[in-house]
Amino acid sequence: MAKKALKAEQGRRIAVIDGCRVPFQRSGTGYYDIMAWELGRYAVKGLLAKTGVSPDAIDHVLMGCVATDIATTNVAREVALGAGIPREVPAHTCTIACVSANAAFVNGANLIATGNADIVIAGGVESFSDADIKVSKRFRRFILDMTMYHKPKSFKDTLRHLRGMKPLDFLMPERPAVSEYSTGLLMGQTAEILAKRLSISRQEQDEYAVMSHQRALKAQADGAFRKEIVPVVVPGKDKAITMDNGPKQETTMDKVSRLRGSFDRKYGTVTAANSSFLTDGGAAVLVMSEEKAKELGLTPKAYLVSYAFTGQDLVDELLLGPAFSIPKALDRAGLKLKDIGVFEIHEAFASQMIGNVKCLASREFAKEKLGRDEAVGELDYDRVNRYGGSLSLGHPFGATGGRLITTCVNRMIDEGQRYGVVAGCGAGALGNAIILENATA
Amino acid sequence: MKNLAMEKTKDGVAVVTIDCPDSKVNKVSSALLAEISGLLDDMEKDKDVRAMVILSGKDDNFVVGADVDELNAMKSKDEVITYISKAHDVLRRIESLPFPVVCGINGNCLGGGLELALVADYRIATDSPKTSLGLPEVQLGLIPAAGGTQRLPRLIGLQNALPLMLTGRNLRPKKALKIGLVDEVVMAQGMRDIAVRKAADLAGGKAAPQRKKKQPLQARIMDATVKRFLDETPMGRRIVFSQARSQVLRQTMGLYPAALAIISSVEFGLDHGMKKGLENDIRIFGELVMDQKSKGLRSLFDGMTALKKNPLKDRARPVKKLAVLGAGLMGHGIVSVSTGVTETVLLKDVSLDAVAKGMKEVYRGLDKRARSGAITRFDRDVQYGRIMACDDYSLFGTTDLVIEAVFEDLGLKRRILSEVEAATSEGTIFASNTSALPITLIAEGCRRPGNVIGMHYFSPVPKMPLLEIITTEATEEWVKATALEFGIQQGKTCIVVKDCPGFYTTRILIPMLNEAMRLIEEGAEIKAIDTAMKQFGYPVGPVTLVDELGIDVAAHVARGEVKKLFEARGLKASDGYTKLFEKGYKGRKNKKGFYLYEEPKRKGILPFGKKKGGKPVNPEVYEILGGQRKPFAAGEIQDRLALAMINEAALCLEEGILSCARDGDIGAVFGLGFPPFTGGPFRYIDAVGARAIVDRMKALEQKFGPLYTPAGILVDMAARGRKFHDS
Repeated sequence: MAKKALKAEQGRRIAVIDGCRVPFQRSGTGYYDIMAWELGRYAVKGLLAKTGVSPDAIDHVLMGCVATDIATTNVAREVALGAGIPREVPAHTCTIACVSANAAFVNGANLIATGNADIVIAGGVESFSDADIKVSKRFRRFILDMTMYHKPKSFKDTLRHLRGMKPLDFLMPERPAVSEYSTGLLMGQTAEILAKRLSISRQEQDEYAVMSHQRALKAQADGAFRKEIVPVVVPGKDKAITMDNGPKQETTMDKVSRLRGSFDRKYGTVTAANSSFLTDGGAAVLVMSEEKAKELGLTPKAYLVSYAFTGQDLVDELLLGPAFSIPKALDRAGLKLKDIGVFEIHEAFASQMIGNVKCLASREFAKEKLGRDEAVGELDYDRVNRYGGSLSLGHPFGATGGRLITTCVNRMIDEGQRYGVVAGCGAGALGNAIILENATA
Repeated sequence: MKNLAMEKTKDGVAVVTIDCPDSKVNKVSSALLAEISGLLDDMEKDKDVRAMVILSGKDDNFVVGADVDELNAMKSKDEVITYISKAHDVLRRIESLPFPVVCGINGNCLGGGLELALVADYRIATDSPKTSLGLPEVQLGLIPAAGGTQRLPRLIGLQNALPLMLTGRNLRPKKALKIGLVDEVVMAQGMRDIAVRKAADLAGGKAAPQRKKKQPLQARIMDATVKRFLDETPMGRRIVFSQARSQVLRQTMGLYPAALAIISSVEFGLDHGMKKGLENDIRIFGELVMDQKSKGLRSLFDGMTALKKNPLKDRARPVKKLAVLGAGLMGHGIVSVSTGVTETVLLKDVSLDAVAKGMKEVYRGLDKRARSGAITRFDRDVQYGRIMACDDYSLFGTTDLVIEAVFEDLGLKRRILSEVEAATSEGTIFASNTSALPITLIAEGCRRPGNVIGMHYFSPVPKMPLLEIITTEATEEWVKATALEFGIQQGKTCIVVKDCPGFYTTRILIPMLNEAMRLIEEGAEIKAIDTAMKQFGYPVGPVTLVDELGIDVAAHVARGEVKKLFEARGLKASDGYTKLFEKGYKGRKNKKGFYLYEEPKRKGILPFGKKKGGKPVNPEVYEILGGQRKPFAAGEIQDRLALAMINEAALCLEEGILSCARDGDIGAVFGLGFPPFTGGPFRYIDAVGARAIVDRMKALEQKFGPLYTPAGILVDMAARGRKFHDS
C-alpha cells in the first residue's frame, strides 16, 4: 500500500492557483431552469477570468458529479466546451458520492505529478432541479420492448406486450433510489444510528446547525465570499444571482427545536434543520505544477501536501469518513492534528460533524479503529468551517469539494495559517481528506 | 474549362461542378455562361448521359448571383441585353435537356444561382447554417431577370414568390422545403453522393420528383381554398397584385422602380405565358441596369463589399477579451454582435441587475437565432456563457478592447477612461461609443491617449450595418487596425473618420435637423416636412427621426463643441429643441414628441389582428414653438434640408474628416438614411452636377444665410467640371 506523500521538493509541487464557484441555490429555486453543466460552465469561466489564464492553456478538465443528467453523462465535457476550452482538451467526470470533487482534484493533481498534464481544472457540479424521475419498471420494460428489444411485428405482438400491464403501471413513477444500495438504509437513518451510538443529543445537533447558519450569514455580510463567487444571470432572466440562498436568519434554536425527526418520527434527533438540503451548484479550482505557475507569472495560493481515501463500515461508520481519512492523510504528511490551522469539512448532518469530532478526540476510537495509541486530537470549532458549511450553504453533491478547497485556501491566507485540511464523507461509506499548505506564508 | 469541371459516373450521371477560379464565391459571369454553353453542346449530343447533377466546388456557397462588376462595366442597354439573353439561352437549354437534372445546394444560393437551380428538375439543399436561398436583386435596383420572375411563382405559388422577390430576403433550408422551393434537405456530408443517386433514380423512372409539402390540416385546407383562389384564378391574382403594388408604393413612395417592375413582370408573364414573360424580362433588365437608381444601389453594394477588407489587417491584434461599459440599449446591442466573435465579454454597469437586464435582451436575440436554425442550441448557450456580469473592474486586467456606451456626458466619460486605464494595461484599447463628443476631449490628460479611439455604433446595433470609427491625432496605428478588424468581424461596414465635433454622421445631420426646426418655426407643417423628405428618398422623415433619436439628444448634441464649430461659421442654432426639451418633450421614448404615439388598437372585436398605433401630429408643439402654419413647396423643403446635409458632407471631405468620398456615401446612407438609390451624397452631387448644386446653394444663401455657403471643394469641382467618383 503506497504511503507516499505528495510532498515533492521545492519547485516541483502541485500548486492551487485559485478557486471559483457560483452562488449555491436550494434546488427548485434560482437554478430551476438550468442544467448542471451550465453551473460548471459559469464557475470555470469565472475561474479563467479571475486568474487570467487562457482557455487554450488547460490540459485536462475533471468534474465531480453524482446524479448526472442522462443527456450529459460526461458533464465535464459540456462544462469545458461551454466555457470555451478547446475541443482538443480531454475532460472526464468523477463520481464518488459527496467527495466527487475531492476525487476530481486529487486525480487532476496526479496527472500533474506524473507529468501527464501541466495545468488542470478540477471541480464539480450538481443540479437536482431537474432530477431524473423514472417511470415504473414495468412501464420502462414495456417501452424498451416496444421500441428496441422486442419490436412488435403484428398487432398480436403489441397485445402480448400490453397484456402484462396494469393501468397504474403507466401512471405511477418509481420511487427515487436514495437509500444506500447495499444496506437499504437512508443516509438520514445512518445519521440517527451515529447520533444514538455516540450519544449526540438533539440540542447539540441543533446548536451546531444554528452555528453553521450564523457563521454563513456573517460571512455573507462581511463579503467573505466575494472572492469565491462569480455572479450568475440565468439565461432569459433579468436579475443577477450573487449570494447563496441557503443560509437563513430564521434558523434559531427556538425554531429548529420544534421540528420532528425526519428519519425517525418518534425518537429521532436528526431533523430537516440539522441535515443538509438538496442544492444546485458548481465550483472549479485551477491546479498546475509549481514550475508552470512560475512560467505564467501566477502566484499560487496553496500547495498540495498529501491526501487519503478510506472506506468504512456501511451501517455504523457511513458518515465517519473524515475521522478515518484525516489521520491517514496526516500520517502521510508527517503532521499532527494540532499543526492544522484551517479545517473545511463537509457537513452532511450535524450529528455527522459532531460524531467525527468525537471520534478524532477519542483514544478508544484511535486504538480500536486506527491502531494508534493516542487519540488523533481535539478539533477546535474555531478552526472549522468558519464561514458556515454544507448545512447552511447547501450541498450540491458533486461540487462541495470544490467549494471546500476554495474556501480553505482563502482562509489559510486570511488567517495566516500554514496548513489546512479539506475532508468529507460520502455515500457508500467512503471518506477523503486533503492537506494543503499555504503558499504565501 | 476554367470555371467548370465535369465527370461522368459509371451509370452515366454527368456531375458538373462549378468552381470559379480566384474567387471565394461562384458568380454568373459571361465566362461561366460561355463554358456552360459549351458543355451543353457536348451533353445534348452525348448518348451515354442519363442524368445530370450540378454542384459547387466552394465550401460555403453554391452560386451567389450575377457578376455585378461585369454589369457595372457595361456601357449600354444592348450590352446588358446580350448578356442576359445568353443567360436565358443557357437556362432554357438546361430546362429542355432530355434527362433529369438534379441540383445540390450547399451554402448561399442567391440571385442567378437560384435561377439556375430553378431550371433543374430536383433541388437538394443541405442543412448547414451557411445554406440560404433568395433573390436579392431588388436590393440592387434590379429584377430577377434570368427567369426568376417567371419560374418562381409557378413553382411555389404567387403568394410565396412575390414577397421573396420584393424584399430580397433569404430563406433557410427548412423554410425553403416547407414551401416547396427545395425538394429535400440533407446533411452537408455526403450530399454529392445523394444527389448522384437521386439523379440515377430519376433517370430510371424510379421516383417522380415530389414536391413534399409537410403541412398541418388547417394549412392544407387554406391551401386548397383561399390560397388556390388567390394564386391561380385571374380575379384572385388581381387582388394579390394590387395589394402588392399598394404596399410597395406605400413603403417606398414609388421611388424604387425595381419593386414595381417585379410585380409587372410577374403579372405580364402570368397573363401572356412564360415565353413572352421571359422576353419582357430581358427588356426590363436592360433598362434597369442602365437606370441611375440601380447604379446608385449597386455603388452602395460595391462600397460595402470593398469595406469588408481591412487594409491594416496585419497590424491588428486579436480581441479575445472584450469589455462593454453600460448595459443599456447600445451596450447590450454591442454585446449581441460580439458574442460570436470573441472569447469573453465583460458587461459592466452600476449594478449586476442592470447588467442582467441587458443580458436578457442578448439572450432573446441568441435564442431567436437558435430557433431559426442559424446557430445550434449549444452554440447559443456557449455564446451567452461568454458574457460575464460585472459591477467592478476586478476582471478587467487582461482586456483587449473596452467599449464604453454610457451616458453622453463628457465628465462621466473622462472619469470612466481614467478608471479603465487604472484597471488595465498598455495593450488595452479604450473605445467610446459617443455620437458627438470629440474623442480628443475625452482623452485629454489621460495616460495612454494612443490607445483611445471612437467606435460609434448605430441603434439598433444588431440591425444597423454602419460603424463609424473615429481616430485622433494620437491614436496609434495598431489601435485603428484592431478596431477596424473587430468591427468587420462583428459584421459591420466600417468607415474610419478623423476626430471633430460630431465626427461625420452626427455632424452632417445637425444642420439638417436645425433647418427642419427653423422651417417649423417659419410655419411649415410637420407632416409636410416629413412627407417632402420621404418623397426625396429618405426612408424616415427628419422630424420622425428626431422623435426616434430623442428630442433630449437633439437638444443636448447641439451644444458644447458642436455649437462652437457651427458658430465659427456664423451659424446660429435654433433653440426650438431646447424649448421642447425643457417642457418635458423627449420624443418617442416618453411618448411626448412631435408626434403622438398611440397604443396599437384591436382590429374589430376578434382577438387577433392588431392595427398599428396611429401617429398623429402633436398640436402642442406648434403652440410651444409659435408661428402661423402656412404651405411650403415640397421642393423648397427638400432643397433646404438635403442641401444642408450634402454641403456639410462636402465640408467634411474638404477638411479631411473623411478620407474619401466613398466613405461619405456609405456613412450617410447607412447611418442616416440618405436616399439609398442615389448612392450617397457625393454620388448625388456627381449625378446632378457640382455646378448645378453650387447654383442652387448660392440662391439659398441669398435668402437664408451662411448655412448655404457652398463648400470650397464644391465650388472647385464646379469650376473644373470634375466629379467625386470616376465612373
